[in-house]
Amino acid sequence: MNLEATSSAAPPLGHKIASSRLWRDRIFRSILLLSIAVALLTLFTLLIDTFLEGRPRLNGALLENMPSARPARAGLQSAIFGSLWLVGITSLVSLPLGVGTAIFLEEYAPKNSRYIRLIELNIQNLAGVPSVVFGILGLAFIARGPLSWGFTVRTGAMVLTILVLPLVIIASREAIRAVPPSIRDGSLALGATQWQTIWRQVLPAAVPGIATGSILSASRALGESAPLLLLGALSFVTFNPTSLDSSYTVLPLLIFKYASDAKAEFHVVAAAAIIVLLVVLLAMNATAILVRNRFQKRL
Amino acid sequence: MASQSLAPSGQLLRQRRIELIVRSSLSLIGLVSVVVTIAIVASLLLPTLEFFSEISIAEFFTSKVWAPLFNPPKFGVLPLITGTFLVMSVALILAVPCGLGAAFYLSEYASPRLRKVVKPVLEVLAGIPTVVLGFFALNFVNPQIVQKFWPVGDVGTFSALSAGLVVGVAILPLMASLAEDAMSAVPNSLRDGALALGATRREVCTGVIFPAALSGIVAAVVLAFSRAIGETTIALMAAGSNPRFTLNPGSGVQTMASFIGFAGIGDQPTGSTGYKTIFAVGSLLFIITFLLNIVSIRVVRRFREAYE
Repeated sequence: MNLEATSSAAPPLGHKIASSRLWRDRIFRSILLLSIAVALLTLFTLLIDTFLEGRPRLNGALLENMPSARPARAGLQSAIFGSLWLVGITSLVSLPLGVGTAIFLEEYAPKNSRYIRLIELNIQNLAGVPSVVFGILGLAFIARGPLSWGFTVRTGAMVLTILVLPLVIIASREAIRAVPPSIRDGSLALGATQWQTIWRQVLPAAVPGIATGSILSASRALGESAPLLLLGALSFVTFNPTSLDSSYTVLPLLIFKYASDAKAEFHVVAAAAIIVLLVVLLAMNATAILVRNRFQKRL
Repeated sequence: MASQSLAPSGQLLRQRRIELIVRSSLSLIGLVSVVVTIAIVASLLLPTLEFFSEISIAEFFTSKVWAPLFNPPKFGVLPLITGTFLVMSVALILAVPCGLGAAFYLSEYASPRLRKVVKPVLEVLAGIPTVVLGFFALNFVNPQIVQKFWPVGDVGTFSALSAGLVVGVAILPLMASLAEDAMSAVPNSLRDGALALGATRREVCTGVIFPAALSGIVAAVVLAFSRAIGETTIALMAAGSNPRFTLNPGSGVQTMASFIGFAGIGDQPTGSTGYKTIFAVGSLLFIITFLLNIVSIRVVRRFREAYE
């Protein structure tokens, strides 16, 4: 009935209105495309501009040389090793803690308890705390104060661990939640205990999701600069870390240092260092996306 | 397996013990995040209280000069607040419409193939370290765009505008992906109903999807807000470290977050007033972003309940 009413009213007036409405639709669509273009264009400009500026210094010496006050000899070695130490330790510590918390929240915790909801709210909120605030925590409690570890690899890694922990937890929870309940029920029905079910059925099925999440967290830790500003990572370090108690610098902060230098030659080194950092990060992100795509197909 | 369940053998007892150990250790691990939050609050609170026993709250919030590391020191936080406000406003003016536009396009117009290309690119943009974006702001956006096109007065090496624009680019992917999640959660029946009544795609977007996804979109904006306020490295590199009480986006400014980074580099002696200012400003930043995060989480929760 409705259809009849509209169609009988449509022909005489409808054509004109429809064409102006269609035009508006087209304009709207182009504005939307424009907003995507802003993001894409910025990304490409950034990549091309940095590449062109950094290319002259993109060579083996850049990776092998230590930081230096002379731009022609300035390299990245101690920062690369510092980043490896920090990201490595951060991943090793945050993975078991994050996955453990995720298992607890998804598999053991009572769903409607107020206490559990508080923990969940707290994790979500921690994920939104500005990263520089974690630097303040590190300065007051870890580098100085109760722990007094000083400006060392240990301190930096601990702060990065705290920083990425909420991300690992959130990603692992999603991965665990995506495992179908039928797998759990089947395992439990065959007489397995809850932990056996988790360890032998749920976790193996959740590995791709957890792997994706932890790679992304590691790349976040690798690119993080703000909290480490407060933790002594900006200092001039010309040796590689040898233990948890070594002083250190990391790639993002060395870039910060070179980029803020008054000499323009240092900006070339900064751009070259950015290319190195971005290549590593892109490789990590690509791995994460590949793992995720394979996982999606299988389910 | 069957023989185990007939009599409580040693193995079954062992299983139970493992179960108990696992459960209790996992619940301990679950507490880590709570301990972290308590530690953050505690680490901020004590030095902040000490700071305000030396500097009056009235001076902190009304004086217009911020020079805590100079002699004689001045502790008026207003320049940091206007600086933060400038960078944040520019960032949101760029990121909110663009993020929303990108979300509309991806959710309502894009073919699956285009989505497959655009979404990973946005993720790559989201994964670019802030120090890289800061370098881009300082080295490209400020000299090539802001200095050439900003009409009011001369722009120096640093400007709130270049920092704000790049912070906007940094939060755009977050804004787009959260808003798109909210739009995709709108049931297809609403879309189909509107299209069947003769609405164009644009009318579906503005008349159906936007109101239906509004709470999710608001949550995305609030979260983008909180990100923009807390962004440190870009603001420090591109807006400089000169606290100015101004609302001119062409001038260099210092934000709350970039002050913390700046003072942290200087390695203040523990216990000095300069050291405590880091914590006072940090508390302010933490409280503002904490409230924004809570608002955003609440709004998202309500919106989730509406459709499930």
